[in-house]
Amino acid sequence: MNNSDMVHNQIMWNRLIAIVEEQALTLIRTSFSTSVREAGDLSAGVFDAQGRLVAQAVTGTPGHVNTMAASVGFFLDEIGVDQMAEGDVYITNDPWKGTGHLHDITVTTPVFKGEELVGLFASTSHVVDVGGRGYGPDATELYEEGLRIPIMRWARKGELNEELVNIVRHNVRESDQVVGDIHGLAASNETGRRRLLEMMDEFNLDSIAPLASFIFDRTRDAVFAALAEVPKGVYKNSMDVDGYDQPVHLEVTLTVSDDGMHADFTGTSGTSRFGINVPIIYAQAYFTYGMIVALAPELPNNFASLAPFTVSAPEGAILNAKEPDPVAVRHVMGHFVTDLCLGALAQALPDRIPAEGAGALWNFQASARASDPANDPRPPVELLMFNSGGTGARPMLDGLTATAFPSGVMTMSAEATEQVGPIIVWRKEIREGSAGAGRQRGGLGQTIEISATEGYQFVFSAMFDRIENPARGRHGGEDGAPGKVYLDDGTPFRSKGKQIIPPERRLILELPGGGGFGPPSERDPEAAANDRKQGYVK
Amino acid sequence: MAIRIGADVGGTFTDVVVENAVGDGPGRSGQYLSTKVLTTHQAPEVGILDGLQALAAEHDVDLTQVEQLIHGTTLATNALIERRGARTALVTTEGFRDVIETRTEGRFEQYDLNIVLPTPLIERCDRYTVPERLNAQGEELLAFDEAAAAEVINKIIDGGYESVAVGFIHSYRNGVNERRFRDMLLAVAPEVAVSISCEVSPQMREFERFNTVCANAYVQPLMASYLRRLETGLRELGADCPVYLIHSGGGLVSVETAAAFPVRLVESGPAGGAIFAAHLAARHQLDRIVSYDMGGTTAKIALIEDYVPQTAKTFEVARTTRFKKGSGMPISIPVIEMIEIGAGGGSIAGVDSLGRITIGPHSAGSEPGPAAYDLGGTEPTVTDANLELGRLHPDTFGAKSIQLSPEAAAAALLQGVGEPLAVDARTAAVGVAEMVDENMANAAAVHAVENGKDLADYSMIAFGGGAPLHATRLIDKLGVDELLVPTGAGVGSAIGFLLAPFSYEAVRSFHTSSDDFDVVAVALLLEELTTEAESFVRQGAPTEAELKVERQVSMRYRGQGWEIPVTVPAGPFDLLASEALVHEFTKTYERFFGRAIDGLAVEAVSWAVRVASVVDPPTALEAVAPGVAVKTDTCRPVYDPVAGEAVDAAIIHRDDLAVGATVNGPAIIVESQTTTVLGSHHVAVVQHDQTLRIRRIEGSLQ
Repeated sequence: MNNSDMVHNQIMWNRLIAIVEEQALTLIRTSFSTSVREAGDLSAGVFDAQGRLVAQAVTGTPGHVNTMAASVGFFLDEIGVDQMAEGDVYITNDPWKGTGHLHDITVTTPVFKGEELVGLFASTSHVVDVGGRGYGPDATELYEEGLRIPIMRWARKGELNEELVNIVRHNVRESDQVVGDIHGLAASNETGRRRLLEMMDEFNLDSIAPLASFIFDRTRDAVFAALAEVPKGVYKNSMDVDGYDQPVHLEVTLTVSDDGMHADFTGTSGTSRFGINVPIIYAQAYFTYGMIVALAPELPNNFASLAPFTVSAPEGAILNAKEPDPVAVRHVMGHFVTDLCLGALAQALPDRIPAEGAGALWNFQASARASDPANDPRPPVELLMFNSGGTGARPMLDGLTATAFPSGVMTMSAEATEQVGPIIVWRKEIREGSAGAGRQRGGLGQTIEISATEGYQFVFSAMFDRIENPARGRHGGEDGAPGKVYLDDGTPFRSKGKQIIPPERRLILELPGGGGFGPPSERDPEAAANDRKQGYVK
Repeated sequence: MAIRIGADVGGTFTDVVVENAVGDGPGRSGQYLSTKVLTTHQAPEVGILDGLQALAAEHDVDLTQVEQLIHGTTLATNALIERRGARTALVTTEGFRDVIETRTEGRFEQYDLNIVLPTPLIERCDRYTVPERLNAQGEELLAFDEAAAAEVINKIIDGGYESVAVGFIHSYRNGVNERRFRDMLLAVAPEVAVSISCEVSPQMREFERFNTVCANAYVQPLMASYLRRLETGLRELGADCPVYLIHSGGGLVSVETAAAFPVRLVESGPAGGAIFAAHLAARHQLDRIVSYDMGGTTAKIALIEDYVPQTAKTFEVARTTRFKKGSGMPISIPVIEMIEIGAGGGSIAGVDSLGRITIGPHSAGSEPGPAAYDLGGTEPTVTDANLELGRLHPDTFGAKSIQLSPEAAAAALLQGVGEPLAVDARTAAVGVAEMVDENMANAAAVHAVENGKDLADYSMIAFGGGAPLHATRLIDKLGVDELLVPTGAGVGSAIGFLLAPFSYEAVRSFHTSSDDFDVVAVALLLEELTTEAESFVRQGAPTEAELKVERQVSMRYRGQGWEIPVTVPAGPFDLLASEALVHEFTKTYERFFGRAIDGLAVEAVSWAVRVASVVDPPTALEAVAPGVAVKTDTCRPVYDPVAGEAVDAAIIHRDDLAVGATVNGPAIIVESQTTTVLGSHHVAVVQHDQTLRIRRIEGSLQ
């Protein structure tokens, strides 16, 4: 490579990242799904003609890290390169070929320069509804969870597949929004396609293959340089969490070798009857995210950065669900995979890995219904709230209070939530005394109090974890406080599944705190004094 | 009479500009006397007064004849960044004590285990709560607890707080309890400064609104005393004139308004630059402009349409991490919208673990400065790359006090970028220059996408010391055909102040939707907002001044979270008007995103009324056609990215160019404040106002 090629390749790499960021931005702006715009629950990427991920936008969900990278390969296999044509758009929401549940729709668009397939754009976004029972963990088979679209054409040579549009329209709630979101996915790919062709003209390229090799070579060198810092060996960790109707045991054996890192989940509990099961690709995403964020945070996601991180699990393990296992709420177990694997890595790198945190988000979906439906015709209103507990203490820093990790989700304003539906958020405040003590303390959880407005009651779909199993401290740090769920009159409330909040009652959620790092006796006295002054400790 | 002064207090320099409308003397209208002095951080008024005295002495300006002083300052911004504000308490609704601490619950950097979130402006022990609660319609759910409020007031007095921010839930709909608390507090402690969120920023979303009212309270005592000192100092110099402040939305307000709502002054300097660019656009009749301002640390990019800079309702100040979105404090006030990226002349270049060239966000600043300054800097900067590539030259560098060292620049480039990549200093410089240009171009492109615009239809205006060096490469990358480089670019913001109208934008959140449009409430709301904005403008604008009223609403499809601004036409607001709004929204949405969505209700969420005095538009100048090309024998080799090698570029002194002079690239046009680079496919023509109008010759990309 001569010097000017080096500069051109660097510039084009940068440009590709800008193109996929632009693609993602378009999606966020037009999306109807709260989780997309508030949580960045989407992804966008560009692939070479062999279906290898070349660049991916940085969005809020680690869950799309590997799933995105793998998905385009399935499209190439099933559609076939020789059957692809300019103006085609392909689609799927298959949990095992997309991102692990039906609510994420992946759309792929081939890019042709002349007759030649030069690359593909793909984007994924979480849609408002896919039919079935509605979003929640209560289905016992995938078929109850909604419409499943196999890999097929959304458009053929520029012509929309009206029959598929019609099927979608007749199978989902809020069909205008869902179809609108799919059009949005196709439009964002189209933006990417045009920009890529412009770039190829500008730099006189017939193919992006040499650029892709440049990117892969550079990335591979960097990822193996980072891996070289980890002592080779086999590291084990396990973690117990609450699960749906029975506790779930998660176990990992992490093997660090010259080839990369492999996580084997043998020993993990079997699948649940309910929709908290995880297709392995999604577990792989949270494993990979944990390793990259700890070892090589600068690495962009592409084929070469992801290749060294592999997983395996026995079939029928909760982290290797097979169809037709229900998987709608696969994020709860999925989110714990990061802390599980970081715990194993901590044995190799004891000074670099945080303590455990709240892990899974405390999201809920509530359906507000008239408390006297016989005399009150108002239709139910669906409400969604994202809430986070505390993260684990870091080796040199306290944990983060009420902050999502590993997910990148943000919360919504209480005022905005109350504008949307008949809910009152009475309290959303730091939960005093909930952090695990330590030389560095965990992040604090938060306390939330909600009720329906007058004349309404809630049908509430709960999926809260870390009530029986708190976040554990590391190296002598104490555990964070476990979570609690109850009504304001003291009535216990189940942490899982559908329940009714009576009209006159408030639901109180106490979110878990993060674990501490190092013995509490070693805490800096000034920091300890400040904890008392601010009321962080009781 | 009719001497006007513009003063821009920046982080490093204070710029003072004098406009003298009398006769043909120095500084007559349209031309400006200007000076730059170092900012005096402890007492910023001193810099202004010193600069003014120096200018007056040098040019024989009679300060008693000064009619007004228009002022922008980073004082509020710096107080927020450096946390040098008043001892401030926050009083809020029970249950919401920690809103400004828990923020969005997200991490602005997804890939950083050791992320540090910004510390709240007011720490937890200074935050107090009162039982009270309104619902989203502004109706009472829980009565205001007078006894609890009285207790909090006692704590405020005992705690020795100088300033108090009050932010209650849903107060943007109904400020009754906030006012009640303020009245109770002032009745017993009249010396305490009080800011209430329903006045400072009546917009929905408690994190942003509370943070805004906290910021206001935090800087208020500081700003009020500073403004008093400035007025006194001016009087002592004999300039007994009114002082007006430029606000973030690009208009003027009185000292009283500024002292009450100092948070509105936060982005005033950059706002001046945008006004300067908008004025230039009007003079040259270019209705779509991307303005590009590059200094030592950052580059700022704004969009200007029909000679009006684009505005937003919220922005972030004091970003703590690489200018990254989410790492600062959100402030909900009307603001000229711009993006800022860490790309300036002093930005330091390096190589990351993937062998990628990185630029910024760290800057060598003015101390130690780029390696080429030979003042102790050893890391390669953008300026060093420009020197290595021949775009800058020791003989023609503007700042005479600095002797540029090409050897030092080359050595730093080789060490910091060349060696890690195994290339020579020249290639390293090419990489650094191309990468910074690419970063700026990408940022501009993404900003345009966010606003639903296509930059190919735009022209660029480049100002600030660094912009003209990079602007021609940027227009190549962005597909922009035309570029203006004005004179006086170094003090553009201060000049912009003198061109600004009196204006005030009143904003309030109010939800209503197309299936049940509350026309009566909206009509009333628009009237109230107009009255409010007018009253602020009348505090400054001459009584007889004609006022312009613009109304805008943010709309979206139900279920979406992003809004699109839609203009509310003048006239009474009735059912027809509401239907027209929905229609206009659908059209705009289609233009933004290619396709409207059938069957969904449209929501209006936030309303704004901007009242401004009418400023005479600048005289339009006829474009000067290219004439005979300027010839020179002075040439030097300058790297041309299109050719991929150094070419012989003519060296032209801008002061030597008369109106109509035409310069064909490749050329370097030098002047005291900046250097303009022309590639082989660029042509510059000097316009009637000395502006360089540069075109890109077709078919010459890359």
